[in-house]
Amino acid sequence: MEILIVITIFFYMLSTAGYVAYLFLQKNYLQKIGVYLIFVAFLCHTVSIGYGFVQSGHFPINNLHQTLSMAGWTIAGVFLIFHYRFHLKILGIFAAPLVTLVMVIASRLPSAPHQADSVLNNIWLVAHVITIFMGEASFALACGVGFLYLVQEHTIKSKNHGFFFKRLPSLDLLDTTGYACIVAGFTMLTLGLITGFIYAKSVWGRFWSWDPKEVWSGITWLLYAALLHQRLTVGWRGRRAAIMAIIGFAVILFTFFGVNFLLQGHHGEFTRL
Amino acid sequence: MLEIVLLGLNHKTAPVGLRECLAFSPDETSTVLRAFQESPVIREAVLVSTCNRVEILMATEDKANAVRTAKMFLSEFKKLPASEFEKSLYIHKGDDAVRHMFRVASSLDSMVVGEPQILGQIKEAYKMATLKKTSGVILNKLFHRTFFVAKRVRSETGIGDHAVSVSYAAIELGRKIFGAFEGKNVLLIGAGEMAELAVEHLIRNKAGDILVANRTFENGVKLAKRFKGEAIRFEEIADSLQHVDIVISSTGSTDYVVTREQVRAIIRRRRNRPIFFIDIAVPRDIDPEINRLTNSYVYDIDDLKGVIDESIENRKKEAIKGERIVDEAVIGFRQWYDNLNVIPTIVALRNKMDGIAKTEIKKTLHSLKHLSEEDRQAIARMTNAMINKILHDPMQLLKSNGYHQNKSGYLDITRKLFKLDE
Repeated sequence: MEILIVITIFFYMLSTAGYVAYLFLQKNYLQKIGVYLIFVAFLCHTVSIGYGFVQSGHFPINNLHQTLSMAGWTIAGVFLIFHYRFHLKILGIFAAPLVTLVMVIASRLPSAPHQADSVLNNIWLVAHVITIFMGEASFALACGVGFLYLVQEHTIKSKNHGFFFKRLPSLDLLDTTGYACIVAGFTMLTLGLITGFIYAKSVWGRFWSWDPKEVWSGITWLLYAALLHQRLTVGWRGRRAAIMAIIGFAVILFTFFGVNFLLQGHHGEFTRL
Repeated sequence: MLEIVLLGLNHKTAPVGLRECLAFSPDETSTVLRAFQESPVIREAVLVSTCNRVEILMATEDKANAVRTAKMFLSEFKKLPASEFEKSLYIHKGDDAVRHMFRVASSLDSMVVGEPQILGQIKEAYKMATLKKTSGVILNKLFHRTFFVAKRVRSETGIGDHAVSVSYAAIELGRKIFGAFEGKNVLLIGAGEMAELAVEHLIRNKAGDILVANRTFENGVKLAKRFKGEAIRFEEIADSLQHVDIVISSTGSTDYVVTREQVRAIIRRRRNRPIFFIDIAVPRDIDPEINRLTNSYVYDIDDLKGVIDESIENRKKEAIKGERIVDEAVIGFRQWYDNLNVIPTIVALRNKMDGIAKTEIKKTLHSLKHLSEEDRQAIARMTNAMINKILHDPMQLLKSNGYHQNKSGYLDITRKLFKLDE
């Protein structure tokens, strides 16, 4: 079991190396290798999570190790989907190291599961976790694309075409991809919140309980809703959209970690050490 | 043995006036090639003439004489005393000539390194020579190699990657902003060669509507007709900004034609779609402050020149890789050329035959185990004698001097017939 995680991380690292090499050398085959490697890593990762599921008999998210691993898995999966949809070759330079980092951190944490919790078998909870994670993975990619957009816009505006100008794609492609990431993320987040409400209703008898995690998730949702609204009405795009995508992701990170560690609430058990 | 000699002049050695005087039109090339053909010292000849260079490639046994003859032809044909151009001429022989040819075709020797036209021009020149039958075994091989090397340099290095003209640089920038130009509307303000060239590039890249604004409306209409676009009045520019994505400006105006306020006013109405201003005019037409507005980009002529300088630097770096490919190819060509000598060809032929005989004897004797050692040797001797007899006449032919006229041709055919070059 441990060995599978090691192999997975190893392939994620190789994929990162492939993308870094691609960034510097600009050879297309390097980028292809990067995608194949991350795909292989994703398969290993899937097997390892599936194994955890079968062994423990419940959805493997009951400590920080498992939760992070799940987050890494969804980022890799969502990245692969966006990669084939948009052919944004450079996106991997953000996604591969991110997944690697998440997985390395996860692997450093104790992996012994806490006592099995029967609530983890609830179908609404599983749907809630999966949709939320997919949404957050999409937002992570949107943040990465936003970064790339700001860098490319800076090289064009400052008229100082250095390292990045030819390596990064057009502003239009970055903007479209970022937008698609946000739309996908927002859809998933909405579904995640709905399934969460249903789950809360079935367990605690009410949809909303002013839990800090709920409040912050609500804030995140409103933030992205505002971004999408502005885009559809007055055409917020480019720089502003990119900055919003980055801020949005920072809020998500806080919702994910900050709330669990700094504030109390009923989501704590997922990030127990 | 035929040797390769090249004489020529280019933009580095001769001023444009002289190059003009010595340039050959296709008709002239055909005539002068015929003259070369009739010369007893020049066996093969190809003439490449472009606006930046004249190169005469020859295969000859008598280098000094061939060079003298070529100079004489040049002088007679162009009615110019040899003393006028002699100082500008360079003469390369053997490997140097081969390297020079490879470098020229790969555009490593061009005025703008990496420009793509030269390869086409050389292909034309070679086609002319094959039509006139002035190119033979040596130059055929040299030119086929040349085309191969040039393609390799182009595909394996980034020598042609970066835009080095103002209009191309502007287009490349636009590509980084818009991705593709399909459906992007263009406004041309004023007129001018660079600006019009940029518009033509955009049209070729499937740009959308073309608007033309000119102080003199009639001129605008004329220009618009050429681009199958629409002419607008100068006063309409501010309003049209709402609909166009790329603005190319080149007027003689002393004030800004498009101001920051005008652009600010339309950004919201454009729903923040990006707008790209290319300002080719001096003094500038577009307020540079516009570049600070969101989703608006302004490049003036100096910015574009900066981009070009950067590209040229990049091309020079890539050219170093190109030189390495050329060096490799020169070595490859030298090997082929050396093998055209009589001795290596005969040795290779003999070895090939011996090799075949050896394998076949081994195979046969394997199933004839009852033969004595003497019998085996007799068979080996017989095979050897057969090889000698078979090769006798071809070897005599290759060694004799009676076929001097086209010895390299015979050698080349021999090598091909027996596949000796593998």
